[in-house]
Formats: sequence, structure tokens, C-alpha cells
Amino acid sequence: MPKRTDIKKILLIGSGPIIIGQACEFDYSGSQASRSLRAEGYEVILVNSNPATIMTDPVTADKIYLRPLTPESIKQIVEEERPDAVLPTMGGQTALNLANTLHEQGYWEKMGVEVIGVDIDAINITEDRQQFRDLMERIGIDQARSRVAKSLLEAKEITQELGGLPVVIRPSFTLGGSGGGIVWTADQFDKKVMRGLELSPVHQVLMEECLFGWKEFELELLRDENDNVIIICSIENVDPMGVHTGDSVTVAPSQTLTDKQFQRMRDAAIRMMRSIGTFAGGCNVQFAFDPKTARMIAIEINPRVSRSSALASKATGYPIAKVASKLAVGYTLDELKNDVTGTTSACFEPAIDYVVTKIPRFNFEKFEGVDEELTTQMKAVGEVMAIGRTFPESLQKAWQSLENGYSGLGGDRDETARFEIRDRLKKSYWDRTLQIRNAFKLGASVEEIADISKVDPWFLYQIQDIVTVEGEIRKRALTQMDREFMLEVKRYGFSDVQIAYLVQDEVTEEEVRIYRKSMGLLPSFQVVDTCAGEFPAKTPYFYSSYEGHNESFPSDKEKIVILGSGPNRIGQGIEFDYSCVHGVLASKEMGYEAIMINCNPETVSTDFDVADKLYFEPVFLERVLDVIEHENPKGIIVQLGGQTALKLSRNFYELGIPIIGTQFDNMDLAEDRSRFSDVLKELGIPYPPYGAARTEGEALLRAQEIGYPLLVRPSYVLGGQGMRIAINKEEVELYTQQIWKLMPDNVILLDLFLEDGIELDVDAICDGEEVWVAGIMQHIEPAGVHSGDSTAVLPPYSISEEIQDTVRKYITEISLRLGVVGLINVQMVIKDDKVYVIEANPRASRTVPFVAKATGVAISNIATKVMLGEKIKTFRERGDLESSLVGFAVKEPVFSWDKFPEVPKELGPEMKSTGEAIAFIKDFDDEHFRKPFEMRNLYLSR
Amino acid sequence: MINPPKNDLLLTPAPCKMALEDGTVVTGKAVGFRGETGGELCFNTSMSGYQEIFTDPSYHGQIMMMTYPHIGNYGTMDMDMESVAPMVSGVVVREFSARYSNYLTETSLEAFMKKHKLVGISGVDTRALVLHIRSKGVMNAVISAVDLDDDSLIAKAKGWPSMEGLELASRVTVEKAYDFCEGEGPRIAVFDFGVKQNILRSFKSRGCSVRVFPATTSLKDVLDWKPNGIFFSNGPGDPRAMPDAVAMTKEAMATGIPLFGICLGHQLLSLAAGLDVYKMLVGHRGANHPVQNMVTSKVEVSTQNHGFAVDRASITDDIAKVTHRNLNDETIEGVRFANCSAFSVQYHPESSPGPHDSHYLFDEFMSDIEKNSGVKATKIGLPDLIKVEQLT
Repeated sequence: MPKRTDIKKILLIGSGPIIIGQACEFDYSGSQASRSLRAEGYEVILVNSNPATIMTDPVTADKIYLRPLTPESIKQIVEEERPDAVLPTMGGQTALNLANTLHEQGYWEKMGVEVIGVDIDAINITEDRQQFRDLMERIGIDQARSRVAKSLLEAKEITQELGGLPVVIRPSFTLGGSGGGIVWTADQFDKKVMRGLELSPVHQVLMEECLFGWKEFELELLRDENDNVIIICSIENVDPMGVHTGDSVTVAPSQTLTDKQFQRMRDAAIRMMRSIGTFAGGCNVQFAFDPKTARMIAIEINPRVSRSSALASKATGYPIAKVASKLAVGYTLDELKNDVTGTTSACFEPAIDYVVTKIPRFNFEKFEGVDEELTTQMKAVGEVMAIGRTFPESLQKAWQSLENGYSGLGGDRDETARFEIRDRLKKSYWDRTLQIRNAFKLGASVEEIADISKVDPWFLYQIQDIVTVEGEIRKRALTQMDREFMLEVKRYGFSDVQIAYLVQDEVTEEEVRIYRKSMGLLPSFQVVDTCAGEFPAKTPYFYSSYEGHNESFPSDKEKIVILGSGPNRIGQGIEFDYSCVHGVLASKEMGYEAIMINCNPETVSTDFDVADKLYFEPVFLERVLDVIEHENPKGIIVQLGGQTALKLSRNFYELGIPIIGTQFDNMDLAEDRSRFSDVLKELGIPYPPYGAARTEGEALLRAQEIGYPLLVRPSYVLGGQGMRIAINKEEVELYTQQIWKLMPDNVILLDLFLEDGIELDVDAICDGEEVWVAGIMQHIEPAGVHSGDSTAVLPPYSISEEIQDTVRKYITEISLRLGVVGLINVQMVIKDDKVYVIEANPRASRTVPFVAKATGVAISNIATKVMLGEKIKTFRERGDLESSLVGFAVKEPVFSWDKFPEVPKELGPEMKSTGEAIAFIKDFDDEHFRKPFEMRNLYLSR
Repeated sequence: MINPPKNDLLLTPAPCKMALEDGTVVTGKAVGFRGETGGELCFNTSMSGYQEIFTDPSYHGQIMMMTYPHIGNYGTMDMDMESVAPMVSGVVVREFSARYSNYLTETSLEAFMKKHKLVGISGVDTRALVLHIRSKGVMNAVISAVDLDDDSLIAKAKGWPSMEGLELASRVTVEKAYDFCEGEGPRIAVFDFGVKQNILRSFKSRGCSVRVFPATTSLKDVLDWKPNGIFFSNGPGDPRAMPDAVAMTKEAMATGIPLFGICLGHQLLSLAAGLDVYKMLVGHRGANHPVQNMVTSKVEVSTQNHGFAVDRASITDDIAKVTHRNLNDETIEGVRFANCSAFSVQYHPESSPGPHDSHYLFDEFMSDIEKNSGVKATKIGLPDLIKVEQLT
């Protein structure tokens, strides 16, 4: 059937603020859906409370409502807009639940709004464990034995029936598996069951047979109106059952199933999708597979796009959200073309000729006392994906992407102690693949490791091979590595950093690079083409590998490389991807070829429809240089991708690679506390007394000079990582020790903490001659709470015009003095009517998208154009800088505390929030202001 | 069978080379039997099911290059045999798994290949070769672990006989007719041009009695067995080089007995009906090709393996009706012939490896037979393998 003409206006529901379990993958799916529906001529109305999204940008939808995701606000919008249909499958469980609530109220029917993309009557089946179970029973799909408990007593009885502990608890209707987990011992039982009962909105938990140690698989499906079903991707979890799939290392396609086993899973998945009503759209099915008997159990089915479908889209090149939204408006799969080839059908199952590895990214260091063990409840805040021709190559590239100091799967630092390896291997931790490598290093056998970790031996063999190659490198000096051996080493994914560390002689990464290049060993770039090379592909989506042929041909156009922000983490999340995407779009508008390098599969920036060329590569020096040397761009934009991209700017500077916008030395001037203080002194701008220390003795001396309370923090970090308020000598000792343990060579900074000060966040653009202040935000919480965790109000609500003028004057002077070209963010504190400058960051800040949404000014776009040579004057004269804000905009931090019940809720200089929402208020009587204002001092601790 | 403690291929690889007839030479590691082999180099994009592919008689004499990089991950097992031995003449992979993991595994792929004297090469840039063939067309190649001289290998590749115009079915067909199974359902006579075991299993699961006849059996001998339906199997080679088989097929079409053909069988039926068959630049080999059923407009994801196809231009309503088309390139995937009870498909509804979407075609054949002779299949549809404790 061709597309429907009886619907014209479609309401698309977003997923709201980023929380653990529901992150920017829904910005990717939502913006893709919106673009694709608009391309079909539909009017798209979008609602989302998350300002840091591309989907809420005027470039994405026809009309955008930045409103809370509540039934009330949806009703208001429906009454204003009168859409013909609502598409709730692109906004995660949040959107689906909202649609379901309104459906149960009979609202959609009453308003004549059709729910498309999902069978709304069937949603309950997929979310209610008992209904799901009954359905699977009916269609002949095996299930873990289980029963729903409504009380602790009932839970105990069921556990006894199941044969005792361990047992799995799964609270009904919670996001990302909140409150779920395995109960191993009797003493945890009561506490965990009670918590599950409390967290479930219907106060039910499912008590389930424990499938711990089974293999886990996921399939991504699409179905059209004609009931054609295709499997886009199979994903195999390296971590066995027991670890939430969002926390697992996963690999695509599946590696260890025979075709008969795989087809059985495919048949089951299709049968399951067909059983949850008639609808056209996407769906995700998860299975557990007993490695000893091949008993296969359906774990869950999600009738919507998901984190995994974002991963599957990036892994295969098949745009699931885009196609799913076209199916929702009536197209059938056979009518759609495969965008990647442009000639073949979209109704097929992608074949890939490489291996994709996803590794989740965690932020445990942010939460003191957190239980790091991975369970069925998701704890990861982000993820990286890497593409390699083989599993070893992609695994090492994934480790290079994580950006937590590793240059691959080990082999780049002192070895871990034996007892620690043994301890960590026993349970599921985030670094399991590394600990497996360490165990092989100590001589453990595949059987031993398989027995402890339950990881399929096939993966273990592969890791053991990596260790074998590593051992061969250790036997040689660099120049003893001949071309053939070096090629094998690079094909196993080893970075130049690892090689430099492993060879017998003392060499640097750069020397390895030069030596390697002298042998003509450079990576080549391959296309992600959905068809394993069977048909020519048009999509400019590439990955690197050490193969003989190259498929990425640099054009004659002038090129700009935009560096992405890598995996999401607290302090560096979707806000930076937002700016990166605008960097790409603005560069294109200026006539350049925009090249994106990033490794985060959840993002819009890694949608191959966004940039002119996408290199899905680690934002890791070696890999970035490989692309730069291949493409020879005019310059690199580093100031949009957060600290990730910025960190590399020193290397670019030293290698003579041009940086677009603010130059390296000027960025360093702001980053280097001592040099920056000299600048402030020179400009006559007040700043709190400070000191820098390289040793504990020095730190204590500085502390004594400055006085208490003190802010103790490492330099060159983002999101206040490791930052604490110390009120005495002992705390200074403790905090500095903690920092040096994680970052041994860091210069620690100590600032006088301005207690009870009012904190301001200021964003501005400078073109080298003129400074335009985009927004001044006043925090409701006192200074000391990280700006990312503060409720910020734009414009300020209790600061005099006079002081605001001083603020503007300061940021102008600083920007011009620092030679900023592009964005700058300055944090200031007002105490006793005096304005102090705390820090300046000459790069896109976390607040840029918020200010852009609040004022309606395209800040990132303008900033990029300024970096590329436009003047602020041009934009001013065009009226592009006029704010449309009426009243006040409030940025509300959103936390994921429920994922870490053992961690006390405390706020301090270290950022802990995972997301944000925007609210527009007329006056201060609004609860969006009143509530945080009343509670502003409550959680400040350190 | 226990895996070796270390990956020997990694530590002590034996060198191996492959030369293409156009002069391309690649170097890799020898896997499987250390010897020399040649054949038409083709590729398959299936991500699983390598053993089924290597043992598929339709691939007789071809060098099979798998596009998925890791091959051998789950070893080999009897249940994945599509014939008694490997049928491909050589194997080309990017990364050979010397060690396997699956509870069903009986032997490693390495041991399997050694046992069956199957020569392979690993560590080569298979993607580069796929793109090469895609633009230049399939060509002959020689793999050798014994002769590493480029010029000599190229000469051997050039001298290798071309597939075009080659009759190969006689090399893979059974020597003597045999009964595959007996059942309460229809009696199916199978003309074996290189039949895949899963086709026979698909009849068996429907309760049929199946007798497999050598390719050169006369129609009279087949009819003497009193079949309710005659099946024309898949197989290797150029159908245009099989005039005797075409003539026999033509006779069969006149009997009124329901006929069903797959792949080579489809081409033979088409030639017998007067349609044209041509050699494709690059064939279809994979498990992800979309085929649309023109009657129901439903799409099946199908297993494909063919280098020849029926020419659309030769089809007229009085000869046959197109029942299935390939959504990627509009090639003919299935036809139902006029004036007789016969239909055939170019792709592989028996899958193995590949999706089970097209199994209903066996049921359609059962239904043709029932209409014609009143004999019913005892069971239709795919055997329900989903909820089994153990897959056997």
C-alpha cells in the first residue's frame, strides 16, 4: 500500500530528559522519524521536554512543543493542534506509556487521533509480565518458569516452588529494569523484593527462574501492514544472562549459533511479533539460550524502537527508525528502497562483512559507595560502538573508543595484580573483557575462564589470540617488527600506543606511527553497505581496517572535520552531540564538506544522513589522525565535542594540523589555572584565591594560605569529576589522594569556596572582534552545587542590571583577551555584590542547547559559522540574534538516583545528573521555580 | 573433540596463495587440506550456515568465498550436511576460526576440511575480492598451498575450464535410485541433479514417500514407480548444456503429474516450456534476498544460489506466469507453467542455510498433488522447532 493520505498531521512524542536506560538513542530515532515523515509531506508536531535534543530543533519538525511529558500537556497540545495521528514508538517507554495512559482514558478515540506504529491494545501484553507469559504459552514459545508476587510472602512461596535461590525479581512496569535483579542469598531477599514491590507502579514483581550463565541474544525486527517481517540485525551478548543487555558487551551479528539454531530464533521472533497485534513498525525481541541444551527462552519483546535498534541501525547501515515511521504511515517494505544502495529493496535482511562490538560506559566514580556489580538493572550511562573486520579488531577499537585512558584491551600499562583479577572475574563487572585478557596473561585456560565467567568460549579464544599476538610483540624491538608481522598486529586492532608500550625498546607512539608508515602500513576505509559488498553503496559511511583496498575517496571540496564527543557520560552527554550536529549542518551551509568522526551509536551525529561523510571511529588520536591524513581537511573543529575533542587539540597543534576557531594556545590559557589567573589579574577581574599543587605537601600549604572551605579539583576534566569541597586539612588530604589515585600526574587546583554565593553560567560567542552574550543563567542552588546539577533560570531572576552589565563586561574582556573565535562559557559567582570569575571554557558548554531553545537563537550554528569566518555583525543585522523568550526559562536537572539505591542523594561540585528538562514560566509562583527554590540548600553536601 | 590449547594458525601459519584468471594474486594462510584446487570463484553473503553451503551440490566445482569474516565458529556436525561430502572445490575466508564453540559440534571445520581434502585459504581481504568480482564478473581461480609461484598459479587459473556450457549434474547425482523415506503421504519422485538433503527432509516431514532417481533416469522408469508428484532438484552447472534432461522434463510436463522444480530444476522446466535461460554477470548467493510472491504480494526473505536465470523477456502468458520476482533486481524467481500442473522457483525454499519464509511452497506442491490424485500430505507446514528441548 502506498502512504496514507487520510492523515496529514502527526504528533510525535519524545522520550524526555536523559536518564539511565533511556538516553539519546531516542533523539536519534525521533529526529530520523520526523525528518522522514516530513519528507513524505506530513506535518510533524513534536513534543519533548528535553531541550538538548536535535529533535526539538526547528530544523527537525514543523512545530515543537517543549513541554513536560504528562497526559495533561499532551492533551493541551492535541487540543491546540488537532493532529490526525500520534506516533508513540520513537520516544522509548516514556512515550509508549503516555500513549497507553491516554488510550486507557479513551482520549485518542474521543479526539479522533489514531495511534500509529503500534497496536495500542497490545502494549500491556508486552509490559505486564503475566500477560506476556500467557501469550508466549499460547503461541508455543518457551518461558522461564515464573509467577507474579504481590507480597513478600507470596514471593517466598514462589521462590520455594522454583527450587530456591538464586532467583530473579522483575518489578512490573518499570524503566530499564529498575529495581530488578538476581537474589543470591537469603539475607538480601526481603530487602530486594520489598524494593521491587515499592518501585512497581502496580506493586507487583515477577519471581523468575534464574537463567544466570545462559547466552543472550537480541533480534531487531520490522513489520509492515502486509505482515511482511524482516530481521535487521542479530546481536549476541558477550556477557551471559544476568547482566542487563544495556550493560553488556554485545556483538553483531551473532557469532556462536549454527544456522539451524539461528533460524529457530528467527522463527520464534517473527511469531512473537505477529502475536502482539497487527501493527506496522519496529520491534525488539530478546532470547536466552541454554548453551548446553539449546533450550531457548523468550525474555521480552518491545514494540518500539530502542537502544538496540539504534545500535542495529548503526551496525548494519539500515535506518530502522526511518523505515519504521514510513511503515507506520502505510508503506509496505517492498515499496521502499534501501537508502544505502539506492537501487535494491528495503525489504531484505542486511548482511554484514565486519564485526561490531558495543561496550557500555559507566560513571561509577561519580557515586560513592555504589555497587559496581552488573545486574539485570541497567547502570550504564552511555556506550561506544566499534567496527572492525574481525572481533579482536573491533573489541580493541571499542576499548580505544571508551575514552577512559585505555588504548586497547590492555597491553598499555602495568599488569593488574593476580588477586584483583581473580576477584573481578568472579562477578560481572564493566571491564570483564579486560579481566579475561588479564587472566590469559596469567596463564589461565579457556576452560577455567569459561567456567568462572560463563562467557562463550568462542569469545575467549579470540581474546586469547589477542594475548598471543601481544606476547609476540613483547619479544621484539620496534625495528624487529617486519611488515608482515606489523600488519597482523594492526589487524588485531593494536594501537600504536600499545605497540610502543609493548616492544622491548623505549619508543613513543609517534615513533611507532612513523615506523609503521615507513613500511607503507596505513589503514584503509570500508563502506558500511548493508549487503557485504554485493551491491554498490551510495552511503558515505565508513570504518577503518587494515585491508588492502580503500573505498573512501576524498573529494576536491574543502573539508571540515568535526570531532564528536564519544560515549555519553555524566557531564558530557547529548548536549555536546547537539552542538556537533549543528557544527556539521553549519559547515555544510557554508559550502564545506562536513566530515564527522564519532563512536557513539546512540547519537544523531552518527546518523549517516547528517554529515557529508561519517567515519565511525574512536575519537582516539591515532584513529583521528588516520582520517585526517586520508582526507586532508582545511581544519578541525574541536570546540563542539566537549572535553573529548578538546583534549586532542594539543596534539593537533604540535603536529601542525589546523584547528578551526579558538587556537590551542588560547584554549590552554583558559584551561591552565595559573595562566588564566594572570589574565584575570591583568584585566582587573576578581577571582577567588587559588593555588595549584603537584604533591600532597604542596596542597596542604596552599590550603593554609587560601583558607577554608576550599574547592579541591583536578585540572582538565569535565563535569566536576573528582571535585570536592574540603572544610579541613584531613579532607584536603583525602580528596587529593583520591584524585591522584585516578589521575596520577594531574595538577590539583584549590580555590577558596565562596560559600552562599550566587552562581551564574554565561554563554557567549566571540568572533575575535566582538562578543555577543547568548545568555546569563542564574542558578537557584547555591554555589557549590555543580552547574550541571543546578536549576538554572534564564534570564537571572534576582540580579541587578548593574551587576549583569558587569557580567557582560567581564565575559567580553575575557573572550577578547583569550582570542576566542566561537563559543565560550564563563562561570561566575556573586558574593556580597561582587562578581568573581570561577572558570572560563572556550568551547561549547552543556547549556548551549538550553539557551538556544529558550531564546530561539541558533547558537551552535552561528558559532560554527563564526569559527569559519563569519562576523557576529552579519547575524545581528539579519536579526538572527533576537531572543524570542517571554518570561523565564528554567533548566531542571534530572537524576537517575533510582538506579543506585545504595548511594545517598547528595549534591556537590561533582556532577551527578544524567539529563535535563526545560520549562517556560511566566512568574515565580510557578512550581518549576518554587519547588527547587524552597529546596535549594537541601542536598548540598560537598 | 577437544579444541587445541593454542591457535596454530596464528603462531605457525602455512603460506597459501590464490590466483584469479585475470592475474590477481592474494596471499594468505593455508587452512584445511594443504593442497591445490581450482574453480569458479563466487561469494556467499550468509552470515551463518557455512557447512550447509560447502556441502551443497549446487556449488560443485566452485570456490566459495564467504563474505562474513569469521568462519568455523561453531565447527561442523552431521546434521548440517547437505550431501555426503563437501561439494565446493575450495574455501576462501577472511578469518578462519581454528577453534569452535557449540555443544552440537562434532569436529572443527579445520579437521572436517582435512578429512574431506578440502583446500582453503584464510587471512585474505575477501571484501576487496567481492568488489572485484562484482564489477568484473565471476571468474576462475586457483588456490594452492603447494605451488606459491604467482605466474604458475595465474596460468593454472587461466587454464581452468569455464563453467559456462558445462554440464555438472552427472558428477553429483546418485549412481542408483534409492528410497529416502517412506510415509503415508504422496509418493514423490526426485530427479537428483545434486539435491540438497533438506529438500528431501522437507518432503519427509510432510509424510511423503521419497525415491531419489539418478539424473539420467528415463521418465518411464520413474513413472513405473507410480509417483504422485515429480520433483526436479537443484544442482550445479549450465542448464543449457543438458538437452537430454530438458527433453525428459518436457515429457514429464505432458504427463499431467504435478511437477515442482527448484533452482536448476526450475531452469530445466523453463527451458522445457520454451523459455530462455542466461548466465548472470554475478549470481545471487546469500540468505537475505527479498522475493515477492506476485499472487499474495507477500515478501519472503530467501536463500539463493544461482548463476543462471530465466529471461523475463521470453515469458508469455501462454507458456507461464511469473509468480515470484526478486525485489532487488527484478529477476524471475518463480513461475507457474500454463497447460500443466507445474511450478518452479529459482531460489531455495528448503533454506538450509537461511530463513524459513518460503517453506509453504512444499505445501503448495502437496496441494497440487492432492488436487490431482487425492493423496494428502500427513502434515503440512514447517516442523515446529521452536519449543524443543534438544535440536536434533
